[in-house]
Amino acid sequence: MPAKGTVDIDIERCKGCNLCVPSCPTDCLALNTSDTNSYGLHYAYLDKEEDCIACMNCAVICPDAAITVYRKEDQSKQRRTHG
Amino acid sequence: MKKGYKLIYQRPKTLTDTRINYCPGCFHTTMHKLLMEVVDEMGIQEKTVGVCPVGCSVFAYNYMNVDMQEAAHGRAAAVATGIKRMLPDRYVFSYQGDGDLAAIGTAETLHACNRGENFTFIFINNGIYGMTGGQMAPTTLEGQKTTTSPYGRDVEKIGMPLKMAEIVSQFDRVAYVERVSCNTPANSRKAKKALRNALEYQGKKLGTTFIEVASNCPSGWKMTPEESLKWLEDKVFPYYPLKVFKKPDKKEV
Amino acid sequence: MGELRLMKGNEALGEAAIRAGLQGYFGYPITPQSEVIEYLAQQEPKHNYVLIQAESELAAVNMMYGAGGAGARVLTTTSSPGFSLMQEGISYIASAEIPCLFCNVVRGGPGLGTIQPSQSDYFQSTKGGGHGDYHTIVLAPNSVQEMVDFVYLGFELADKYRTPVTILTDGAIGQMMEKVELPDPIEYKPDKPWATTGKTKDRERNILTSLYIQSEDMEKKNQVLQKKYDQIKKNEVRFDEYKIKDADIIIVSFGLTSRVTRKTVDMGRKKGMKVGLFRPQTLWPFPWEKLEQYAEEDRIKFFISVEMNAGQMVEDVKLAVCGKKPVHFYGRMGGIVPAHDEIYNHIQKLSEKE
Repeated sequence: MPAKGTVDIDIERCKGCNLCVPSCPTDCLALNTSDTNSYGLHYAYLDKEEDCIACMNCAVICPDAAITVYRKEDQSKQRRTHG
Repeated sequence: MKKGYKLIYQRPKTLTDTRINYCPGCFHTTMHKLLMEVVDEMGIQEKTVGVCPVGCSVFAYNYMNVDMQEAAHGRAAAVATGIKRMLPDRYVFSYQGDGDLAAIGTAETLHACNRGENFTFIFINNGIYGMTGGQMAPTTLEGQKTTTSPYGRDVEKIGMPLKMAEIVSQFDRVAYVERVSCNTPANSRKAKKALRNALEYQGKKLGTTFIEVASNCPSGWKMTPEESLKWLEDKVFPYYPLKVFKKPDKKEV
Repeated sequence: MGELRLMKGNEALGEAAIRAGLQGYFGYPITPQSEVIEYLAQQEPKHNYVLIQAESELAAVNMMYGAGGAGARVLTTTSSPGFSLMQEGISYIASAEIPCLFCNVVRGGPGLGTIQPSQSDYFQSTKGGGHGDYHTIVLAPNSVQEMVDFVYLGFELADKYRTPVTILTDGAIGQMMEKVELPDPIEYKPDKPWATTGKTKDRERNILTSLYIQSEDMEKKNQVLQKKYDQIKKNEVRFDEYKIKDADIIIVSFGLTSRVTRKTVDMGRKKGMKVGLFRPQTLWPFPWEKLEQYAEEDRIKFFISVEMNAGQMVEDVKLAVCGKKPVHFYGRMGGIVPAHDEIYNHIQKLSEKE
């Protein structure tokens, strides 16, 4: 399935609390446990880009406001045409 | 901006750029974010004055880009009263923890509610004293272990955890009381809506508005953030149910 | 010439506050000063100020913090036990640099004490009173007229230095009736760019806080405060003198006691005793320098501090005199006002010994 959206995760703000990962309905996020940001903390990243549905769940639950969410423009147009 | 994409969510502008120093997964951070989102969406940054507590969020003014006053421990309700009475057209909130609002400042809290002071309480109830290292709070659950209740809270000795939302909803001049949480995206959205309601009711001068947040404290509870969410579901919500305790009549709104 | 009236000290203070542009009064009733809040409550409908009878002095002082921080001209009045409760807030107000006017109508202590007049809160008022290194400006009226004048002065100094100011008076001056001249009302237009009135686009956010968690920052904050206190010490010392030019004995007393010692001076003069009265009107800053000058003059035999307490201001007199001349003390406690002749007799005995 093609991605409906995408997210930008500011890894310097991310503290690796891992609240976003289980909140994602399509399991497209993951916690990077092999690397750290400059504060020495693991961070979340978009693991399966193709699965993001731009639902914003991750951004809403992220305490640190580290996640920016985008929706694919043609996707929203399609939706409007069909809806 | 990404080409071919539409921006649908970003960090609220009224949060400062400062990196927030609360522990990973702490709901203080979430509530700061949600509150500033509401301030942004309502366009009231210029009219908002906050009162900081003593506790972990003592540094809230480092993160919220609005005018703020730091109150002595427990006195936020009195300070907010002073501000709001002088500036009745501003949006005033007091942001307080459980030690602040429900122990040392209980008198100020109850009397501000009884007067129907037209400001918004944001009450972060995490059942523990986070900043001082995990001591028992007035809201620590029965049997819950803390550094000053190492064998669990003994209610025979210290009484039951205080239910502040339930208590303040008894006051005639309190307009709106809701207990929320941020443990899921759905609950976070509800929490944000509650904050928005509170500030809107305040704008309409309906009386005191009181948002209690059933919060976590992963560090103080000695849990991972995810374990803290489970504790909330299993232990906290049964005693501190998430619900609207009081809201204004439709006519008033 | 302002309006002349016969008024009780407490009511005159309330009226003066209204005329000086009062915007917020937050208080809790306590004898012997409840007439202030009662008077202001009666007058409230005719004016624009906010009046709240708070649930405690603790709440009242923090309402002062909030309202003063929002830029308003604010007053609270209380008496000794209530003033003790307010000390926490005054420490915060001093550090956050919020202009606030306090009036302590002192009663005898310690503890619940008595409702009779006393001066036993001198230490508490002049040495800070709460935690941390700070001072409030302390004004000591000795008449109903000065209760009025010092309200204007107190508000002015509070704004000028962004600091709490205390009017330290006592139950007798609060309760007594005298003729007063009330100044014309002023239109108060505060200019307080630091106030938390909402962050507009043209400025950074205003934060009023006393929290500086880094030691270096906390020391810097203290240095700012101390610099301000030095300025106050330089500019704001006030005192009054009576028959002091040729005196060889100087009585030092303030407030109610200075009314009694004035009679002592008259009595002494009639009997050939060369006695004069030095009355500090600011207890902090104390007129140390002026007293030091007198201590250096050969004609002065000794000083005596007369107070309604166990000997508090006498320590500042000793600091000023610095061992150059003897400093004695005479005091009554527990709400007893010393009589002018008992003070005279005491001084008479001292001068025989000296």
